[in-house]
Amino acid sequence: METAAISAAALLSALGIFGGFVALRGLNPLDVYAALVAGGFGSWFSLEETLTQAAPLMLTALCTALPARAGLLVIGGEGALVVGGVATVLAGVHLGALPAPLAVGLMCLAGALAGGVWVGVAGALRHWRGVNETIATLLLNYIAIAVMNHLVSGPLRDFSQVLKPASWPIGERLMIGTVPGTGIHWGLVIGVAACVVTWVLMRHTIVGFAVDIVGGNVRAARMAGLPIGALILATTILGGAAAGLAGAIEIVAVHGFASSSLVVGYGYAGILVAFLARQHPLAVVSIAVLLGGITASGGLLQRRFGLPDAATLVLEGLLFLAVLAANTLYGRWRRA
Amino acid sequence: MATRMTPDLGWWGVLIAVVGGAIRVSTPYLYVSLGETLTEKSGRVNLGLEGTLVMGAMSGYAVSYLTGSPWLGVLVAGSIGAGFGILHALICNLPRVNDIAVGIALFLFGTGLAFFLGKPYIQPSAPRLPNLALGWWSTSPQIRVALEINALFLLGLALALVLSWIFANTRWGLVVRTAGDNADAARALGHSLRAVRTLATAAGGFLAGVGGSFLSLYYPGTWNEGLSSGQGLMAIALVIFARWKPVRCFWVSLLFGAATALGPALQSIGYTSNYYLFNAAPYGLTLILLVWSSSPRHALLGAPSELTISR
Repeated sequence: METAAISAAALLSALGIFGGFVALRGLNPLDVYAALVAGGFGSWFSLEETLTQAAPLMLTALCTALPARAGLLVIGGEGALVVGGVATVLAGVHLGALPAPLAVGLMCLAGALAGGVWVGVAGALRHWRGVNETIATLLLNYIAIAVMNHLVSGPLRDFSQVLKPASWPIGERLMIGTVPGTGIHWGLVIGVAACVVTWVLMRHTIVGFAVDIVGGNVRAARMAGLPIGALILATTILGGAAAGLAGAIEIVAVHGFASSSLVVGYGYAGILVAFLARQHPLAVVSIAVLLGGITASGGLLQRRFGLPDAATLVLEGLLFLAVLAANTLYGRWRRA
Repeated sequence: MATRMTPDLGWWGVLIAVVGGAIRVSTPYLYVSLGETLTEKSGRVNLGLEGTLVMGAMSGYAVSYLTGSPWLGVLVAGSIGAGFGILHALICNLPRVNDIAVGIALFLFGTGLAFFLGKPYIQPSAPRLPNLALGWWSTSPQIRVALEINALFLLGLALALVLSWIFANTRWGLVVRTAGDNADAARALGHSLRAVRTLATAAGGFLAGVGGSFLSLYYPGTWNEGLSSGQGLMAIALVIFARWKPVRCFWVSLLFGAATALGPALQSIGYTSNYYLFNAAPYGLTLILLVWSSSPRHALLGAPSELTISR
């Protein structure tokens, strides 16, 4: 109850400031709010777009939310997504001879594995070397993007693509389709499933309980003899795997090849989703849909009001600041 | 740069280009790292300076374009940076708010806002900052180009020395250091922690904004959305390696500048393969230095003990 009230207050104040912003540009804030809702949830078509945007956000949000349970602030979702996408393409090129469902399964596994290792490195450095995981994962994002740019402009380049450098395509046969009767790809189902599995793992298993102790009080965890290093490593690997899976899905369900179109900020928006959801895996699902709606309405804001596409980034930034500032409100009304 | 180089100098040309590039590229690193040093000395981490840098670049360019005065652009960029610093400080002054998370939020907000407001200034060209030709004594065009130095670089060097002196020898320096090393002691001396940290974060933001204006008004000297690719972030990691010492920030900034300039310098002698991998060099270097400076057993060397990242 308290959580819902405070989150709503944060959302409303962010929207209020954003309204002031667009009012400065001579627009009526109410019109812009209406367009935000219409663009995200107003029609079946826009809802499909919203849910398509939400799918990768659920997975990249887990990349922040899972390690957060162990007390780590990981923001490497963007890099893990990119690495996962590249690994998926590599696997796809080599597994072309296998039956399609098996090949796609292995490709997604490769993507998840690559993302898991990528963020797991930061977890290992954190535990065994004391390296700040926030800065390390942020740096790894830039390294991942540079490595992908290197690969798609050289070793993996498909020279028939002239518009911008792109890797070899995985081929139509290895692309997965949409959920029957909708325009939404299967990534949404995978994203929701991943959030539910994570919730069960964190809420209903001993491992999840142990992770919460590490996050709550490292000294208590040490006294209890918990394997702190292994738990930190596990949460970072699983978180990275989720983001890597998001990259795999972007490849097999949307693009079919790796290119800079993978780098559209899903990783960074995922951080916001995780914080808005207060690192709770089930709340991630609904917040991802909300954020997906904001992203999806960007096009309408651009067409109808001539707002730059960065307008949604401004709103997301305000939302992030409002949510963090609202943290101070917790516990204010509880009786002592 | 590629057109300015002649191939006959060979590897010497690369070396001169790297040195010249280091001087040119290091300035934003220098300003952001000095700003972050000041902020962290007071006991706060502002991870949002990347966003401040981009806002500074955009606003400096816009003001220079609208008024015709690049130096006014630098000043406005700094002031907007200070505004972002104050915003960070005010939110962090609330109880139970994590300064690192607020930094990430400001990083995203600052870049988003800069792209939002900066759209109209991507095309037009604004007056840029002049440079000082310190290579007049040489007949070699390569050396002359390498020694075209911007006043902001020299100002940054002076600032590093002054900050270092302030920390060591003045009352203000002592107050900031006490706030960062022992909050209780600072309170006992009768200082308001919030006021000290707010001022230190605002000043740090000012410097980061100035660093951003250098990007758009001198080198590369234009405004677009891909202008900064994590320089503000690397500068924050650089502070750890510089052990929170302003003069060391200067040397480490030069090192980072050199790492960044290596790719383009090699490209200028025709070594164009692995271009993107060389682009990753500064990030890789940052990560390696970060791993090297860290230890699981003790806090980071020279770190203010109130910092959230050193606990």
